[in-house]
Amino acid sequence: MTLDELRELAETEREKQTQVKHEIHVCTAAACLSQRSDQVKASLEAEIKAHGKEDCCKVKGVGCMGLCAAGPLVSDESNGRLYQNVRPADENTDTKEIVASLESEPVERLSLSPELPFFKEQKKIVLENSGKIDPERIEDYICAGGYEALLTALTEMRPLEVIEQITKSGLRGRGGAGYPTGLKWSTVAKASPHNGAKYVICNGDEGDPGAFMDRSVLESDPQRVLEGMAIAAYAVGANRGFIYVRAEYPLAIKRLKIAIKQAETMGLLGANIADTTFSFKIELRLGAGAFVCGEETALIASVEGKRGNPRPRPPYPAQEGLWNAPTLINNVETFANVAPIIRNGGAWYAAIGTEKSKGTKVFALAGRVANTGLIEIPMGMPLRHVIYQLGGGIPDNRRFKAAQTGGPSGGCIPEEYLDMPVDYESLASVGSIMGSGGLIVMDETSCMPDVAKYFMDFCCTESCGKCIPCRVGTVHMHNLLSRITAGEATPEDLALLERLCDVVRNTSLCGLGQSAPNPVATTLKYFRKEYIDHIHHKRCTAGVCEGLARPGKDDKPKGKPAEVTA
Amino acid sequence: MKPNTAQITTLKIDGHDCGARSDETILDVAQENNIFIPTLCHIDGLQDIGACRLCLVEIKGSNKLLPACVTRVQEGMEVTTNSPRLQHYRKAILEMLFSERNHICSVCVSNGHCELQWLAEQLGLTHISVPYLHPKLEVDASNRRFVADHNRCILCTRCVRVCDEIEGAHTWDLYGRGVDTRVVSDLKQPWGESESCTGCGKCVHVCPTGALVEKGRSAGEMTKRGQFLPYLTLMREERQ
Repeated sequence: MTLDELRELAETEREKQTQVKHEIHVCTAAACLSQRSDQVKASLEAEIKAHGKEDCCKVKGVGCMGLCAAGPLVSDESNGRLYQNVRPADENTDTKEIVASLESEPVERLSLSPELPFFKEQKKIVLENSGKIDPERIEDYICAGGYEALLTALTEMRPLEVIEQITKSGLRGRGGAGYPTGLKWSTVAKASPHNGAKYVICNGDEGDPGAFMDRSVLESDPQRVLEGMAIAAYAVGANRGFIYVRAEYPLAIKRLKIAIKQAETMGLLGANIADTTFSFKIELRLGAGAFVCGEETALIASVEGKRGNPRPRPPYPAQEGLWNAPTLINNVETFANVAPIIRNGGAWYAAIGTEKSKGTKVFALAGRVANTGLIEIPMGMPLRHVIYQLGGGIPDNRRFKAAQTGGPSGGCIPEEYLDMPVDYESLASVGSIMGSGGLIVMDETSCMPDVAKYFMDFCCTESCGKCIPCRVGTVHMHNLLSRITAGEATPEDLALLERLCDVVRNTSLCGLGQSAPNPVATTLKYFRKEYIDHIHHKRCTAGVCEGLARPGKDDKPKGKPAEVTA
Repeated sequence: MKPNTAQITTLKIDGHDCGARSDETILDVAQENNIFIPTLCHIDGLQDIGACRLCLVEIKGSNKLLPACVTRVQEGMEVTTNSPRLQHYRKAILEMLFSERNHICSVCVSNGHCELQWLAEQLGLTHISVPYLHPKLEVDASNRRFVADHNRCILCTRCVRVCDEIEGAHTWDLYGRGVDTRVVSDLKQPWGESESCTGCGKCVHVCPTGALVEKGRSAGEMTKRGQFLPYLTLMREERQ
């Protein structure tokens, strides 16, 4: 397919869509599907048929609309109506009312204002098509301008020029570490191929507790990731790509398979794309579900069919990666940013965000916040704004306690830093990280030593066991935290815990171990009083830890008092 | 023999000027110059994996500690192999190893010939400050000539690598994750029932502890002879 043919196809598709007066969108991403949104879609279709409105109304299954807390979400594109918590016909009359009111006043009790800060304050680049296109139809993606960037790059730009735009955009790796994407690409581009091969890998091994950005992007707009990978492959000189997705994401896998097939059929992937000399083939690799496989060297080992263990770097994958060939490995969200950057230019992207953190970032907003779901915000938005405006604040008039970013590799940010802008540097300065974008809000009902214990439990079960500090150190740390939350710990235990934080961080082989102490270290730093309360006073202020005294509920602390020795 | 394309570089290790080939690791060069860096997963003749973290060294200009066994030398590099900071971390790592399984030397057949024990002596480790995890692990005595005692295993994977890289049998592999990782023969079958094991005993002799031992040896007799690997490799290369 050539660029002209692509544009023609987009035009025909656009015409076809304008003939439909009411296009009703139903979210069919995982969160809404779990609320039976597929049934909602079916009953809307049945209702439209019953009213004989098939000519002017069409129901379309789309990707995530963001506000997962209010799902299933249904929107009417023609008049901008948005409905929440829509139940299928066997539960309620919601779908009947929606179809009946197409030409009249909207259904009041289901209405959700699209003017909410949650929607208004977002800036969508990665998610621009999410909730608008049918992820299982490539025509929908093409109609939204999809694959124009790839074909433009292939026919009008040299690989170096593509890299130049990415560098200019200031895009940094969205997997968490924030490594400059342009720099990575140019390193791989410069590396000489091994046995004639270079590879591109998309890291879709999202495993952080509370994070679902990558899954959502893959479920809502899989073609965009393929396009980003193809552009990257062209820029670095690779002809083969792999998408590594964990097997726990069946819907993402299903849609990726469909997307790859459709793109191949249209000649947008495969041999001689757009009649150029560039060929690119993408294969899926399913991960069995190991957090460590998100680490690039472990991921590469896993793609090779080996045990998913990391190896020391250097050599970096850019030099020696998959089957010893130079390998470009980027996160799902990073690839999803590529097409718009090529379409609009690097300078356009660089104008968004802060000085060192450009563009937008997708966050999975979870925990004690009214509007849980998926958001995309420009970098540098203050955390307070994210939580109180977009997130709608803390429910039940409770008090904010901490925001956990970056999952088990990240840390807890206390109230005093709420006005901090969300960008790579600011988060790092308070001991946390951007990570892949999990943002878990906690209120006073969360006990911080218990939170630390939860993440340490995750880390020690997800450690691959290769290096000693991570394999054994995390277990000791988890045991110490268990003692603390059970009210059995001594002050010496706390000192040992801090010592282990330092050892595990500085001596572990890969990022998993090196960052595993972060949740403990940040809670110790900002919520030390709670640790002291648990150890010295056998008291859990949040009332979470069983067997310990809760202020206002129990007068006397339970358990043995601390044995202070030496 | 492979064509030698390596460049010659010079670097400083603990203040000593050392000459090296650019394809050598810090550990190689340190050993050539009689500078001691503790290791457990490294053994001459097998591929290095950088897993035991005992050979971590400091490199001037970087705050990050790097494993000497897999870090290539660079021109002008200044390496410190022994500082209070490194000693502190090495001891901490050894402590964790001792806490992980059962390493009670007095009841071990390798007492006196154990690399873990020897390192503890070298680094002045007299006691450990973390609690013992003491899991109950099986002893596999199903093999006619050898015993695998998983209580003594430190997961250095020397046995796995020697069996794969030198013997070519790949009898041993890893099973499980994190602290539950175990070395297993074949698909977690008893060693005695392994069809791939050739009974060569290389694994026993590269094992640094009393995890793999010969039957019928009393404590103190079970000496390991792991020096044959570079010789074997050399002989093979010459034959090719």
